[in-house]
Amino acid sequence: MTEGEKIRCEEVIAHLLSYLDGEVDDTKRVQIDRHLEECRGCFSRAEFEKALRDKVRQAGDASPSPSLQERIKALMKQF
Amino acid sequence: MSNDAGDRAFFEAETQRLLGRLYGVALRLTGNQADAEDLVSETTVKAWSKLGQLQDRQSFPKWVFRILTNTFISNRRGAHLECTTSLEEDGEQRFSLFEKLHQPFLLWWSNPEQELLNKLLREDIERALDDLPESFRTIVVLVDIEGYAYGEVAENLGVPIGTVRSRLSRARSLLQRSLWEQARTAGLTGGSPAKEVLHD
Repeated sequence: MTEGEKIRCEEVIAHLLSYLDGEVDDTKRVQIDRHLEECRGCFSRAEFEKALRDKVRQAGDASPSPSLQERIKALMKQF
Repeated sequence: MSNDAGDRAFFEAETQRLLGRLYGVALRLTGNQADAEDLVSETTVKAWSKLGQLQDRQSFPKWVFRILTNTFISNRRGAHLECTTSLEEDGEQRFSLFEKLHQPFLLWWSNPEQELLNKLLREDIERALDDLPESFRTIVVLVDIEGYAYGEVAENLGVPIGTVRSRLSRARSLLQRSLWEQARTAGLTGGSPAKEVLHD
């Protein structure tokens, strides 16, 4: 399959998460790019998955507990 | 140790700057505060002892998160990270939150997926992550939170890249199912949670 060939929604959906991860080859990436420019349904789905991914990513931020801050301070004094 | 006062000042400033994120990632990986604190402390000690090996100080954040990840994987190796064959091959259909939100009975809402995203709380996401089996949670944290490429995850975990793909797909499916069930229980989806069957 070449970059110029159009792909169907089913194929876009099957590869969408890998595409958002940057884990599809260049041909597939260009095909999905073009499909998302033309298909409102798949575009909405991609936007939803991106927004949900952002929320998951934010779950990796936290305020360090006071006990951890104390431990790190104590370690630094030993260094 | 051969680190000098300049190294110490740099290390302390960077560690303090990144401490919240280090702790947050450790919390998501381990699922509990005590283990997360142990993991960050162990990471700090290792990073300090290896600081002389870090040639480019600009890459300190990526480097220290890699130490945290590798320390976690090393500590958990032989535990639960590699024994998920039955979970990966259980044949369950993939679950899509987006598709659930586009069922006809929900479409009278102007934009059900945006409504849900607006109402999902951080604690909902945390609960869904914490409920995942450890091997799946680890993959999601590495890819979605830490931003690792599939190949890097495969290398870190010592599994084929195909396993990373299938495990990640399954993990995201479980995560979205958990979020859907939480949303229904909380009445956030516009349906009638008490009466509907939760399965696909």
